[in-house]
Order: sequence, then structure tokens, then C-alpha cells
Amino acid sequence: MAVTDSGGRESLRTAPKKPNRLFKNMSAKIASLPMIFTALVVFIGCTVWTIYHSFTKSKLLPAPDKWVGLDQYERLWSTRRWLVSIENLAIYGICSLILSLVIGFTLAALLDRKIRGEGVFRTIFLYPFALSFIVTGLVWQWILNPQFGIQKVVQNWGWESFTFDPLNNADIVIYGILIAGIWQGSGFIMVIMLAGLRGIDEDIWKATRVDGIPTWKTYIVVIIPMMRPVFVTALVLIASGIIKVYDLVVAQTSGGPGIASEVPAKYVIEKMFQSQNLGQGFAASTMMLVSVLVVLIPWAYLEFGGKRRD
Amino acid sequence: MKFIRNALVGTTALCAATAVSAADLEVTHWWTSGGEAAAVAEFAAALEGNTDHKWVDGAIAGSGGTARPIIISRIIGGDPMHATQLNHGRQAEELIEAGLMLDLSDVAAAEGWADIVNPTSLLDSCTVDGKIFCAPVNIHSWQWIWLSHKAFADAGTDVPSNWDEFVAAAPALEAAGKIPLAMGQQAWQSNGAFGVMAIAIAGLDAWSQVTIEKNAETAAGPEYAKVFEAAANARAFAANSNVQDWNQATNLVITGQAGAQIMGDWAQGEFQVANQVAGEDYTCLPGLGVNEIISTGGDAFYFPKQDDPEIEAAQKELAALLLSPEVQVNFNLKKGSLPVRGDVNLEAANDCMQKGLEILATGAILPDGNQTLSPDTQGQIEDLMVEFWNDPSYSAADAQERYAAIIAEAD
Repeated sequence: MAVTDSGGRESLRTAPKKPNRLFKNMSAKIASLPMIFTALVVFIGCTVWTIYHSFTKSKLLPAPDKWVGLDQYERLWSTRRWLVSIENLAIYGICSLILSLVIGFTLAALLDRKIRGEGVFRTIFLYPFALSFIVTGLVWQWILNPQFGIQKVVQNWGWESFTFDPLNNADIVIYGILIAGIWQGSGFIMVIMLAGLRGIDEDIWKATRVDGIPTWKTYIVVIIPMMRPVFVTALVLIASGIIKVYDLVVAQTSGGPGIASEVPAKYVIEKMFQSQNLGQGFAASTMMLVSVLVVLIPWAYLEFGGKRRD
Repeated sequence: MKFIRNALVGTTALCAATAVSAADLEVTHWWTSGGEAAAVAEFAAALEGNTDHKWVDGAIAGSGGTARPIIISRIIGGDPMHATQLNHGRQAEELIEAGLMLDLSDVAAAEGWADIVNPTSLLDSCTVDGKIFCAPVNIHSWQWIWLSHKAFADAGTDVPSNWDEFVAAAPALEAAGKIPLAMGQQAWQSNGAFGVMAIAIAGLDAWSQVTIEKNAETAAGPEYAKVFEAAANARAFAANSNVQDWNQATNLVITGQAGAQIMGDWAQGEFQVANQVAGEDYTCLPGLGVNEIISTGGDAFYFPKQDDPEIEAAQKELAALLLSPEVQVNFNLKKGSLPVRGDVNLEAANDCMQKGLEILATGAILPDGNQTLSPDTQGQIEDLMVEFWNDPSYSAADAQERYAAIIAEAD
């Protein structure tokens, strides 16, 4: 939404005096009607519908007349499984955000040093992204399985006491999932970063070299600030991946051991269809929406509200 | 989407009209382990052998917990399959009330289901407002413990004949490097094992007060405290069984790596596929050997409503076929479950099934949790149980408190 707003202002600035702006570029506007309609009806309409039904006692089927107020939310926030899910999402989210950006940027920066065989490395790093989360999850489930995965291999090498079984240890299981998530996603972030790095003018590099600034400092002080739009894109992609993490967990642990690796999206789908309690599922998904908005609104305000001043 | 589907259904109907009225029936179920797949193949063979219709297998891997959401969302979402497995009870309650399921009353009347289905509670679970909406196909009971003779021989102890003896033998098993109790980590397995222990340890009265009358005081009382203590013990026995699926856990028992598994009689099919002989290679104890009683949950087929009368006729033919004597015998022998009709001959049944049949004949039967508790309550209990069974720091008293709170709110 915010992006279209700025686009609108752009056209305002270029053609401020044209009388009937509404009918300008008629064909383009007609062409975008289906998308506008989809956005209004599917996204906003369904969101409102969902939020409304989260205040009802809907079971398997929506029951708009069984109003129960905040009951579903009270139950939600007194459910241990939900609290564990939120905690897991926070850990997974923060770690995955930082690690994806750091690893993605580092790999991109290394590839950008005009190394030999760049194409090969790029393919290798990007390849995991071509796999679905289910496949990624299964592969890592095997790799991390203590009976025949990494632990077994290292023990066979002679280090008998070696233990590495994140998926069977409730305290660290979320990091086991994080490993798989990072492995799958960081290659993609790398490609985006690489594209950003390629967009940096060669003259900038020459100028910094003339000034005698060390390479690492050039990256941090000059290049990264210049790549801000690229970072924003990467951030949005990573964040949306974090919120919807579901299939990775299902494939790797199905929420286990116990409820130690549950995530909110899984809670929503299971309450809706397995427990046949739509109201509870909707309440949980509304909370997910709220958590996204809590992050998004201050950011959008800073990002787009700030520009309006100048 | 809907248009395309209608067009497709239309073309099938056209073909059907020109040829003999043959239809492709898509049947969804979650029978994917070795024994289960062999059993469901009997249905497919019966349909294709006796009619012109074609069985399109829609097996969904995972477990009921994975499959049911898919099945239900397809029915609600307007893309219903032609027939589907569900556990009879309250899972389809609202789908029936919303008119999404085909009324099978005429088939039931023609085939005389009211007279042949035993116990009658199975048919009652299919009945809403006097109309019958599902075809029960088997009786499954949870109340079994499966013991590996090899594991106990290796540990140098006798095969236990009840739960207390098993608890006593557990240290010997551990000393011999065996897992005393095999247990998959999925929620429904934790919950099921707890239910079995509740009936055996708290006794029938306490169990029915909690599960049928939803009495939270009993759930918080001393009988259930014993159950939670026993479950905490069992949790320690199962600490090293790092498997997910129930059939992997059963496999630990079959290969003698684990001493026992608390699992429903569908485990029987796995032993059979592995060519194990009841009484020689393994022993089964109903009611943990404490009280011989079985619950009569089970599987039933529901037929989501279709627009096409041809398909509807085919659905009804399939429904009638599922309960026919021959199909019942073939299917249940492979599946290890009990047939829903008392008038079929099960001479070929092995030891464990015979035990089950005898208990069924004496009428020592209970309704299944699926029949008394709503899926929502079941889901909450499952969440609690899976956490309790996997987290050694979760004390029995805390778990009991939470359990009583869920029962107090149960609907």
C-alpha cells in the first residue's frame, strides 16, 4: 500500500496541473482493476471477515451469530502451546533475520571480489532455494538424526562422546530448524545482495581506493548505506518467510519433541481443521496479523512519513 | 476452478451415460502403513471386482492428524472427494449438520444395517436426526499392550502378564540395552496411551465420569493422580524411543529392540506383515492385562454430497459393498481390526483378534474418546499429553491440574 502511495505522489509532482487525473492512463488503470479488486475483496475483505469471526464461537463452520467477545483471545493467551509458539517464532525470527542478512551479504561480497568460478559458487549457494521447505526439512531431519546423521558419523570417526541432536532436544530444537531455514534461504538473499553490489558504480570503488580507504571499511561505510533499497527488499522477503514458517517444522519435527518446536502458523491450521475450532484459529491468526502490524507500522511511518517533511 | 470441475464431472457423466454407468470414485484415507495398505487394497479389489466403478486411491500420508485437516478443508472448500475415511463420532458432526454429507438411510434400510451392525453404538455414531450418514467398516480398540518375546528373553525375564509386572521388568530391559516402552512422538499416540492407562489404572468408573460426564473433580482426584504418576513412569521408560510414527515404534517391538508398546489393535497388522505369530513372537494384553475391556471406536466411510446422480448411485453401491460379509472378513483380517457385523465367520483370525472378539461378545465395551469428546477438547488434551510425555520436567501434578481444567471447559 505504502509503495503505491509514493507512486501516486510521484505522478502528482510531475503533472500537478492536469485536471482529470482520474481518467489519465485509462488503459493502465483498467488493467490494474482486477488486482485492486483482489486486494480489496480477498486481502482486506477476508481479513475483516476473519477478525470478526475470531470474536465468535465458530467451530468447524463459521457461526457469525455466536458472539463470545474476547473469550477466544483469553483462551489463546492462557494456552502454553501458543506461548511456546510465539517464543519460538521470536527466536527463529531474530536469528534468521540477522543470520540471513549477514551470511547473504558476506557471500555476495566475497563473490563480488571477481573470483574465479563465480558462476559455479553462485549456483551452489542458490541451489537450496530451488528445494521446497518440505524437502529441505526432510533432508535436515535425516542429517540431524542422532542414529544416522552427523552425530553418528562423528562418533564413528572416534569421538565417542560427541552429541549433536538438536531435533531431539527440546531446549535447542528451534535452532535445528533454524539451521535448515538458513541453509535454504541465505543463497537467495545472497543473489539479491549480489545484484545490489553489481549496481554500485565502479567509480565509487575507484574513488575510495584513491582516498586509501580499506576495502572492509568501504563496504560498511559506503556500500551498505548505498544498498539500502536492496536491504529493504531482502528484509521484507525474509520477514514474510519467518511469519509463515510452517512446512519446515512439519517436515522436520512436526512440532516435537512435545510442543517444543511449535510455531504460530501451525497452531492456526491445526486449531482450524484438526480441532475444528475456527474461532480459536482465527483469534490466533489475528494475533499474527497484529504482530506483523506492530513491526510494520512504526517502520512504515519512519520510512514514508519522514520523506513527507522534506 | 468450480467451473472446470463441473465440466469434468459433466464429461465423466457423459461417458458414464454412454458406457455402462461406471464412475471413478476418489476415496481418501490415511491407511498407509504396510498392514493398512494391504487392507485397503481389499476394498479397492472388491469395488472393482463387483461393480464397474473404479477405485481412485487418495491415500494421505502422515496420520489422521495430518489427513483430517486436508479432508475437511477439501469438503468445506467445495472440492469434495467421493468417499472418505473418518473416525466415527463427532469429527463429522458439523459437516453433517451443514448438509455436506450424503444420507445413506436408504442403503442402510435395504441392507438391514440396523440388525447386523454390532455393537449398535457404531451405527448410532453415524446417525444424526434418525438419518444414517456413514458406513462403519471396523472396530478398533486402543486398549492393548504389545510385548516382544525376544526383548524379554534377552533381558532374562518372563513376558509380563499385566502392567505391574511390566513395570517390575522394566529395569531388567534397560539393563539389557532395550527401550522398555516404545512410543512414537506424535500427539495422538501420547494421548491414546494415556487414555489406555486411565482405564486400566483409574478404573472404569472414574474413567467414565471424566470422559463421558466431563466431571472435572474426578479428573483432579486421587484416581487420576495415580494415572498421572504411572504415566510419568512410563515417560521415563519411553525416554529413548526417538521415533515419530506409530509403526516405527511397533517395529522396535517387532525387532526386539523395545519391550512393549501401548497401541491400538491396528498394530496387529504390522506384526502380521512381519510374519510374527501371536503367542510365540509377541503377546497382546487387552486393557494392559488389568481389566479386559475394549473401546469400540473405529473407522467409518463418509460420502460427501455430489451434484451428479450417477456418482451418488455409485457412492451408495460402495457403501453397501463395504459392509458386505466377504469384504468385512477380508478387510479386517488384513487390518487386524474387528468386523462391524457379528454374523461373519472369522476362523482365520489369530490369537489377538480372537481375544478381541471374545471381549466384544461378552459386551465389555466402552465408547471411544472420539465419540464422547469434541475434537476441540481432544485437541487440547493432545497438546497437553504430547508436552507431558516429552518433557521430563513437567510434573504429574501440574499436568493433572491442566487436565482437570480442560475437562472443566469441555463441550
